[in-house]
Amino acid sequence: MMRYYLRCVLAVLGKDITCELRARHALGAILLFAVTSTIAVSFTLSGWGSKSEVASALLWIVLYFSAMSGLGRSFVHEEEMRTAALLKFSTRPNSVYLGKLAFNWMLLLCVQIVTVPLFVMLMGCRVDHWGAFIALLLVGSFALSAGATMAAAMVARASVKGALFAVISFPLLVPVLASAIHGTGLAMSGHSAASDIRLLTYYSGTVITASLMLFKFIWED
Amino acid sequence: MGRLDTNNRISTGPSIPVPLQWGLGAWMSAVIAAAFLYVPPAAGFAVPDAARIVIFHVPCAMISVLAYLVSTVYAIAYLKNGTIASDAKSAISAGLGFTFTALATVTGMIFAKVQWGAAWNWDPRETTILILMIVYAAYFALRGAIPGTIARARISAAYNILACVIMPYLVFVLPRMMGGLHPDRASLSIEYRIVMGAAMIGFMWLYIWLFRIHVRISEYEIAWRRARNV
Repeated sequence: MMRYYLRCVLAVLGKDITCELRARHALGAILLFAVTSTIAVSFTLSGWGSKSEVASALLWIVLYFSAMSGLGRSFVHEEEMRTAALLKFSTRPNSVYLGKLAFNWMLLLCVQIVTVPLFVMLMGCRVDHWGAFIALLLVGSFALSAGATMAAAMVARASVKGALFAVISFPLLVPVLASAIHGTGLAMSGHSAASDIRLLTYYSGTVITASLMLFKFIWED
Repeated sequence: MGRLDTNNRISTGPSIPVPLQWGLGAWMSAVIAAAFLYVPPAAGFAVPDAARIVIFHVPCAMISVLAYLVSTVYAIAYLKNGTIASDAKSAISAGLGFTFTALATVTGMIFAKVQWGAAWNWDPRETTILILMIVYAAYFALRGAIPGTIARARISAAYNILACVIMPYLVFVLPRMMGGLHPDRASLSIEYRIVMGAAMIGFMWLYIWLFRIHVRISEYEIAWRRARNV
């Protein structure tokens, strides 16, 4: 049973990766957005990179808005290409949610692989505790995609999509932003940031549990 | 539940009995009079006389939280049994909660200007209430943007529950990261607590009355829509 479930999730993830590799509608745009805003930030504020609180806030604002620019498309795309109905017939709602969540997380990780080194170099940041820094990036982007996937599914059924996605995601993601910024600041100045990593983990657990109970109401007609 | 009678008119239940409506007027008048005449100026505040606003500020904040909880309970009820009236009640209670939140914010900002010197200080509770307002503003934006009654009801109920699940992180976890300015309730005298309790009852009463009025309006709307479709 568990293996069947996992196979469904991986099938949805595989389908999204295949579509992405063929058409590249999400990754290219998000990456360019992230790189452009990183350059814009460092161009104007490079002197502030040594202050860890400022640098971590700027880093997460860049990551957050890159996520907002791209993740909202994940369900809208299914509706526009008229593949949503087929997906509804093929598998159960929760495997769609988990598959999309995994895909969105991978997308954010790709963005981070390019953006974070660029940001650290251009801003001249000092990172004293690399372990905590990387752990926060991993857990933070996971929590970000857990909330954003749910918001994207809601927005796909609405009439105005682009602006609404940012509007309804923000309140859901405020705890993520606050603790990721706080923890990254600590990690850059050499502290362990364990409490923020724990908080982001709890948050992800809470949101995913609630979403697994609620997703079928959003997804099915 | 509104229904059509034999003459094709819509009939609903009463909102609240008339004596209770007059009673609320008398009760709130008494609370306002007591807030200015019976309660002494609060020692320990920058302007002792200005502290009387607390009597209206705290009940507004508490009623708004209560209204949001009621809204979430009706959202869960909607997802369980699918009656459109539960969705209407959920939206109504969220709207009333938003009104009381706005009242609490405005009274709080007036007092903050007097007490702490600035109308906005990013105190933990100010932050929480601001995010609460954004949550429910987003809720209404979402409701407005979804065509189709059933899709709107299901998706907004899901959003409502998800927001409520995340609420502990906003209310208990975020404030821990910042220093607080709000005092404990223990710093107020016994007269304050009595009148504030009476104000709490009055605002609760007002909330129930407003809720019943809006529910009646929505019952008419639902019955009207049903009558037009048939």
